[in-house]
Amino acid sequence: MSNLLIEAKNLSRYYADHCAVNDLSFTLAKGEVLGFLGPNGAGKTTTMQMLCGNLAPSAGEIHINGFDLLDQPKQAKQCLGYLPDTPPLYKELTVNEFLNYCAQLHRLSFKQIKPAVEMAKSRCGLNQVANRLINNLSKGYQQRVGIAQAILHNPDIIILDEPTVGLDPIQIKEIRALIKELGHEHGIILSTHILSEVQESCSHVQIINQGQLVLKETISRLNQRMNTGIIKVTTRSAINLACFSDITSISRIESIAETHYLFHHDNKQNPIELIAEIIVNSGNGLMELSPVKQSMEDMFINLTSKIEEQEMV
Amino acid sequence: MILTIASRELKTLFLSPLAWSILAVLQLILAYLFLTQVETFSSFQAQLANIDNAPGMTEVIVLPLFSNASIILLLVTPLLTMRLVCEERRNKTLALLLSAPLSSMEIITGKFLGILGLLIIIVSLTSLMPLSLLIGGELDLGKFACNIFALLLLVSAFTSLGLYMSCIASHPTIAAICSFGLLLLLWVLDWTAGLKGQGSELFHYLSMLKHFQSIQSGLLNTVDISYFLLFISTFLILSIRRLENDRIQK
Repeated sequence: MSNLLIEAKNLSRYYADHCAVNDLSFTLAKGEVLGFLGPNGAGKTTTMQMLCGNLAPSAGEIHINGFDLLDQPKQAKQCLGYLPDTPPLYKELTVNEFLNYCAQLHRLSFKQIKPAVEMAKSRCGLNQVANRLINNLSKGYQQRVGIAQAILHNPDIIILDEPTVGLDPIQIKEIRALIKELGHEHGIILSTHILSEVQESCSHVQIINQGQLVLKETISRLNQRMNTGIIKVTTRSAINLACFSDITSISRIESIAETHYLFHHDNKQNPIELIAEIIVNSGNGLMELSPVKQSMEDMFINLTSKIEEQEMV
Repeated sequence: MILTIASRELKTLFLSPLAWSILAVLQLILAYLFLTQVETFSSFQAQLANIDNAPGMTEVIVLPLFSNASIILLLVTPLLTMRLVCEERRNKTLALLLSAPLSSMEIITGKFLGILGLLIIIVSLTSLMPLSLLIGGELDLGKFACNIFALLLLVSAFTSLGLYMSCIASHPTIAAICSFGLLLLLWVLDWTAGLKGQGSELFHYLSMLKHFQSIQSGLLNTVDISYFLLFISTFLILSIRRLENDRIQK
């Protein structure tokens, strides 16, 4: 076993006839922050529940730190910290009581409990509310208690299901910083459907749609990949699109309205100059020519819809 | 680990008014019943003294008190057990226990012992009342101990069944109704047996009341004790199986 923290092989999960996760395989190494992306119902939460032993996979196997999750569940779960989509909080306890209880559940020794709880509280900014009832805390603070609970026993793997839901922008920033910091020593999986979050805090990204893996890349490669550019062009009168067929770097021309066009192109050779030249020479009147920065959203929609198209065929 | 879960369950009960109000109401009712029994005994005391082999203080006071307590606890236990697993599932806090390094056995046993803790408090408060009679009289301590033991076995059985119902029901109220219904059925099962004069052996064995009364009378019988132990372990194992099943199906 090298430094692979999670090794999931051919995971599948069926709810009756409905297939939520289909033959998903991936790994997580130490120091990686893996972002799980997918539209609603893609199977993100199901996958996470399977990783944490809350749900048994219909097929496939999961190794956590080298322990098989089915054969040695206790050792495997010892290395896991999990925050489900709804934070599992006993609302009638205070933050201190709750965290102490969680520490005991994770078999921390009596001596370890106090420093661990203090550490988790200061990391999640809970010191001010430590003696308040969880029920009386705002949703953002409750979410933080949930995160504190997941990192409390200093697990090798931290699995966070939509950790920034319900937080205000400052808290989101703090949590992202925390995730980055934790990412140095731990392996982290976080699921989200907010793409900028992945760009900011993850080192790897994994996109799933309808239970299948669509893409697994490092963030830098993904950013490169996204740089297939788009140029927005507006002209006074309609242009003859055939004029551009000579430019090899243009992959596709989309006409949105009569005089509005989107030129999709490869990033290695930017055809923006050539396009300007052709339009000006044709006498159609160039009104606007601007590059459009493609966001991760576009890329995401692109990737997920491609699969749907394939299925339609 | 089991004790961690058990102590949290018990603590949570005392954080809400539930445990306090149950303790208060039970104590009030039982104290009233106890006093009536004492009153009855003191009015018949003179007559009883003339009869050979007459029932003593233990028979007249302790036995009815514990019988009444058993029936009241039959009503109360489902209310205590209904939330155990059901509520955790509804509030999604079950994920905390399932993703912690715990086996289902530890979770179920912990919850069982937590509720049993409160019931032990109730039973001991009930036993304090007859103990106060020692100031001015004498008790058959052996029989008294048997009564306490019988009541403890009985409430453990109630709890295990209630826990199982809480595992399978989707709503706490449903869990309470189902466990109350089943317990009551097991309680009265023996009544029908006597109707036609030919009681069914099976019903006779299944009836909780029979076994309870048998131990209560001071007769420690392996059949009765094993009935309760079997009952408790059956429902605990069923609960564990049910919790495991949560991971597989859903």
